[in-house]
Amino acid sequence: MEIKVVKDILDANERMAQRNRKLFDGNNLFAVDLMSSPGAGKTSLILQTLKNLEGKIKMGVIEGDVSSSLDAEAIGKEGIPVVQINTGGGCHLDANMLSTALDSVPLGELQLLFIENVGNLICPAEFSLGEHRRVLISSIPEGDDKPFKYPLMFHTVDAVLINKIDLLPYLKFDIDAFSRAVRGMNQKVEIFPISCTTGEGIEQWVSWLLSQMKRPG
Amino acid sequence: MHELSITQSMLNLVLEEAEKAKANKVGKINLVIGGMTGVVGECVRFYFDLLSKGTPADGAALAIKAVSTQAKCRDCGKLFEVREFDWTCPRCSGNNIEVVAGKELFVESIEVE
Repeated sequence: MEIKVVKDILDANERMAQRNRKLFDGNNLFAVDLMSSPGAGKTSLILQTLKNLEGKIKMGVIEGDVSSSLDAEAIGKEGIPVVQINTGGGCHLDANMLSTALDSVPLGELQLLFIENVGNLICPAEFSLGEHRRVLISSIPEGDDKPFKYPLMFHTVDAVLINKIDLLPYLKFDIDAFSRAVRGMNQKVEIFPISCTTGEGIEQWVSWLLSQMKRPG
Repeated sequence: MHELSITQSMLNLVLEEAEKAKANKVGKINLVIGGMTGVVGECVRFYFDLLSKGTPADGAALAIKAVSTQAKCRDCGKLFEVREFDWTCPRCSGNNIEVVAGKELFVESIEVE
């Protein structure tokens, strides 16, 4: 007997993501899924954003890593709530892993939650976590061809940050060509060239983030 | 690597459907996988054999329909297949591209006994 199913394979993840989303909304908490390849600057961006919003916004962080708690320790030094998820070899966070970690986060005390995904441009693109916005960091040393190599990731994000622009004098990266490629694939995307080292562009990124928090949608 | 969790999700979905139909055995699973998902069919097969052991889906045939990434140029309207990560319109060389197909990742149907 044949049974018509026509159900998305990630349906279970999607349902769990919606539960996470309800939990965020119930606590008036804005959640950002932060993705990039390894070393593009996710933790540095969180630290820069924290510095910029200190005393204005109550922020928490969930750190996703294959192993170690180095990033969580770096952020914990800043005195904000941080929870580490070790995926034990897994290449991405999924909604269920996040849901478990959320039990340890003081959701009601926070306004903004960064979820630092595992450094990877492929798998995290598939798995919704229940976040309000998806943000991708690309960095100058990675080269300007990444939108063509990892199209799904570039298709699914709300903002792309081009980090390490302080290295532009030394490396070949065509910001215009990169931005054209990203906008061609994703018409709603916002692009911010930044440097977490010099602080350039962080103001613009933070003001976009604050504007999005006002209308989580 | 995400094939492991994707295969587990797929298997859970199939077993759920089979149980709803009060079936004892799943003979065949028809899957659809789009080119943009980056999901490798051979990996899914490998994990499926491991994960399905001892379940009603043990030994089921996996039929995978691969959907190529299809795009439409927003500037000139040309429909084309994206090959080798070339996201340039073959007619006008533009980069203003809309994805028409390739994001699929679903179980189309199953055959049960």
